[in-house]
Amino acid sequence: MRPSRFVGLANYAALGGDPIFWQVLKNNFWFAIGTIPSSIALAMLMALWVNDRLPARALVRMSYFTPTILPMIAVANLWLYFYTPQIGLLDKFAALFGFASHNWLGEPQTVMGCLVAMTIWKEAGFFMIFYLAALQSLPPELEEAAKIEGASRWYYFWRVTFPLLMPTTLFVLVNATINSFKLVDHLFILTKGGPDNASNLLLYYIYQVAFSFFDTAYAATLTMVLLLLLATLAIVQFQLIEKRVHYR
Amino acid sequence: MRLFDRRIPVLETGAAWLLALLWLSPLLYAFWAAFHPAALATHFDPLSPLTLANFEKAWTYAPFARHFVNTVILVTMILAAQLVLCTLAGFAFARFDFAGRDIAFGLVLVQLMIMPEVLIVENYGTMARLGLVDTILGIGLPYMASAFGIFLLRQTFKTIPRELEDAARVEGCSMLGVLWRVYVPLARPTYLAYALVSVSYHWNNFLWPLVITNSVNTRPLTVGLAIFGAPESGVDWAVISAGTIMAVAPLLVAFLLFQRQFMQSFMQAGIK
Repeated sequence: MRPSRFVGLANYAALGGDPIFWQVLKNNFWFAIGTIPSSIALAMLMALWVNDRLPARALVRMSYFTPTILPMIAVANLWLYFYTPQIGLLDKFAALFGFASHNWLGEPQTVMGCLVAMTIWKEAGFFMIFYLAALQSLPPELEEAAKIEGASRWYYFWRVTFPLLMPTTLFVLVNATINSFKLVDHLFILTKGGPDNASNLLLYYIYQVAFSFFDTAYAATLTMVLLLLLATLAIVQFQLIEKRVHYR
Repeated sequence: MRLFDRRIPVLETGAAWLLALLWLSPLLYAFWAAFHPAALATHFDPLSPLTLANFEKAWTYAPFARHFVNTVILVTMILAAQLVLCTLAGFAFARFDFAGRDIAFGLVLVQLMIMPEVLIVENYGTMARLGLVDTILGIGLPYMASAFGIFLLRQTFKTIPRELEDAARVEGCSMLGVLWRVYVPLARPTYLAYALVSVSYHWNNFLWPLVITNSVNTRPLTVGLAIFGAPESGVDWAVISAGTIMAVAPLLVAFLLFQRQFMQSFMQAGIK
């Protein structure tokens, strides 16, 4: 290791001129937009189903939750085969409807969508259990009253259940946002951040800068950006937890 | 009593099942591919012959036995250290008044917000200075003083009535005796939940072990699987499926046996 030399804000100035840094931030933003609302909506739907008197409910609940306990690396291995051109299941399925083969992970236009779909699959079941716990703590009298009044299930959901689940939704939202910065393991298998950084995310970029380009100083600067983002989220989370107390 | 009937419409039941099937399908497909000859992996003929050849190949292509041993050592070592450290620290924060307690606890909370994964670059530097690069201890060390464990046990210990402690003290129990005979047994459910989450987390953890290891002798399963499953390794998909299933099997079986406990533990870990 070389002796350290004080460089002032030079590393931070380098951030501004690094197009990959901005690209990676933009990717992280789209990854978050793509994964968070849809996995939350799915999680809510799953929880509502599993909370009702569904036939084979335990089996359904288990199916939803199983992706949670699989390592991201194994998940990427399983999904790689869906996306492989020509021999992959996705292409085979598309071929049934006469679509041409597509290099799903190799094209900048489709690669992010592929990662988003896989991440939703991985996360929705995890978020489901928080909704399930919240649903089970709702007083049953509410539903009885709504039934006596003749409210439809749809009306009951939007006017009663959904607002009462709001604290849980906020909580899950923050966790999902933190996860969107944390989940990068699948990139090692599926894309390595490519093509042309189209699927690169901040933490993976930090890994690349530190351990492929061996620029520890710049990697530390990038880490500071990530820490700043996470610290902001942590403050939001803390305030939400404070708020939750008021609900009780 | 139709009033309290909560059965859901048939169409929705169908949708729920379909979604469940969709959710399980990547895993089911991996099972299918792993137990069939590679040439038949994409032909869904229920009569095609079953085989264990893919598992044999996977087992010989990559040093899976070594990876398994490494993962088991890693997970056990981390959990053992966490249980000891978090119990003592959690107890101190819950029941003792000492100078700088609030500052120390504030630091624990800061660590709770920032996961060690984010600090791969800095942690690597620390491990290099300690001479622990490419050791199993090096993989485990950043996780041992788990802020989450300390926090969780502190909260649990705080809910235990002080009268129990006082009674034990009157009977002549030492402070450590009180911890061991009163607090630890009463916190059993918390320990179980914490252990489940810790084991699953470290069984599945990838990025940090990848960074800090560079030889077969230390790499855990996830890292071995990543090298083995990478497209450039040229191994065919049936064998990769077999390897993937071997790597996730222990945790998957444990989950199938103790579903409810797993879900509750994961939830507790999420809420903190």
